[in-house]
Amino acid sequence: MSEHIVSTKLYYAIWIALLVLTGVTAGVAFIDLGPFNTILALTIATLKAVLVVLFFMHLKYTSERMTSVVVISALFWLLILLALSLADYSTRALGVN
Amino acid sequence: MEQQRQASSLGMWLFLATEVMFFGGMFCAYLIYRYWYYPEFAAGSKTLDIRLGAINTAVLICSSLTVALSVRAAQFGKRKLLVTLLVATILLGLVFLGIKGVEWTSKFEEHHVPGYSFHFEPQPNAKIDPQRIQIFFSLYFAMTGIHALHMVIGVGLFAVLTFYAWKGRYNSAYYTPIENAGLYWHFVDIIWIYLFPLLYLIDRRK
Repeated sequence: MSEHIVSTKLYYAIWIALLVLTGVTAGVAFIDLGPFNTILALTIATLKAVLVVLFFMHLKYTSERMTSVVVISALFWLLILLALSLADYSTRALGVN
Repeated sequence: MEQQRQASSLGMWLFLATEVMFFGGMFCAYLIYRYWYYPEFAAGSKTLDIRLGAINTAVLICSSLTVALSVRAAQFGKRKLLVTLLVATILLGLVFLGIKGVEWTSKFEEHHVPGYSFHFEPQPNAKIDPQRIQIFFSLYFAMTGIHALHMVIGVGLFAVLTFYAWKGRYNSAYYTPIENAGLYWHFVDIIWIYLFPLLYLIDRRK
């Protein structure tokens, strides 16, 4: 976008980072960390997603600001969907037993 | 031309935003049922092959790299490199689908597919309702199935793009289709990045 060309070195670095994080998330899943297993798994997944969006999808380099608006609004609607739904379902006794 | 490319790219991002909503519904259903039926979800998750899941994650990450490199090749107008990288992407996509097919086949053989023939033998003295595990497997098949459908569409897209790239349609002045198909492919990769821990790694602690 806007003629920005990313160096292959950076692409390979991101690629290695993504592979390492995949290995880490699979390995850490076998260690008992209590509730932090899920938190860590989702944190690593989000870190990987951010790397993909920023560098592979060039969000970091785009000159079009509307792109960031679209990304942020997509995440915001997703947050509304998940947060409000869970606020409902996690506070009712139905379905628990 | 610059404005056209930006508008086209923005349209692709908007489409991906709708895709976030599309997958969001399933992620929401997953979260609610995981919250309600956690022991069953953990038991169902343990039956999935973590090695195949991890290998598939790596395959997709490699394909994302080849896509990112193919956009770069198009930016430099390197036709042969572009075609090679697009073909590599298609092959990696097919490897992913093949491994997924192996996993699904074993689920059918183990009778873990929801429906009449569903059968799950919980470990003795585990308080687990096999009926609830069907919900885990329903979500497993829905989410991986829709994701695989996106992969099939992506492979089809790249097959068409490879043909045009081979014909020499893309150069440093015009490579929008490669860029937009790339955005789509990276998005599908991100969905899998979340599906892997959510489906395979629910409770692997020893």
